[in-house]
Amino acid sequence: MARGHHDIGGLPGAGAIDQSEHLLSDWEILADAVNQALGARGVKRTDEMRRAREEMDSAAYRDMTYYERWIASIEAILIEKKILTKEEIDRKLAEFEAKWGEP
Amino acid sequence: MNSPSKFKPGDRVTVKFEDRPGHLRTPWYIRGKSGWIERVYGEFRNPESLAFGRDGLPKKTLYLVAFNQNNVWGRTAGPKDKVLVDIYEHWLVSSAEERNES
Repeated sequence: MARGHHDIGGLPGAGAIDQSEHLLSDWEILADAVNQALGARGVKRTDEMRRAREEMDSAAYRDMTYYERWIASIEAILIEKKILTKEEIDRKLAEFEAKWGEP
Repeated sequence: MNSPSKFKPGDRVTVKFEDRPGHLRTPWYIRGKSGWIERVYGEFRNPESLAFGRDGLPKKTLYLVAFNQNNVWGRTAGPKDKVLVDIYEHWLVSSAEERNES
């Protein structure tokens, strides 16, 4: 075992924190809404979401923005709990991309 | 469930240096460091169990633990500067207890 990719407090080389204010994108607000709704319905807990982020591939974790990590952890937990399958999520994603274009 | 907490404010404690699979709520930088109990928050379901969809029982006592910055970062900070970390009881040993064992 070793120090996880999420557990970087006190490590040198992280650089300065960007403290500038910025507006949230629509999808980021939606990510928060989905997270809140799943929590309110007792589908998942905050601790499960954190664990899912800790279990991600480290390179992928580092490449993601904050809400991208949220979405990825929601997806992992929903698949783990057999509420959705990876295939169902990918199929829906393909539908959206066909309709709206790739992000 | 009202089990009494093991520590009280002012008690000297040392954080266990543990590394094991799972969801560990004690940050790496504070493991193995010694400080003192600042506040007893009460009992909460164990997040290290909740993280795997379990019930988080038995509840664990959560403390606010204070550390001198110098002891944590290994470099000179102001003598009054503290680091405050929320830590569950199963991560803590009494510093006196630790001395007796070694």
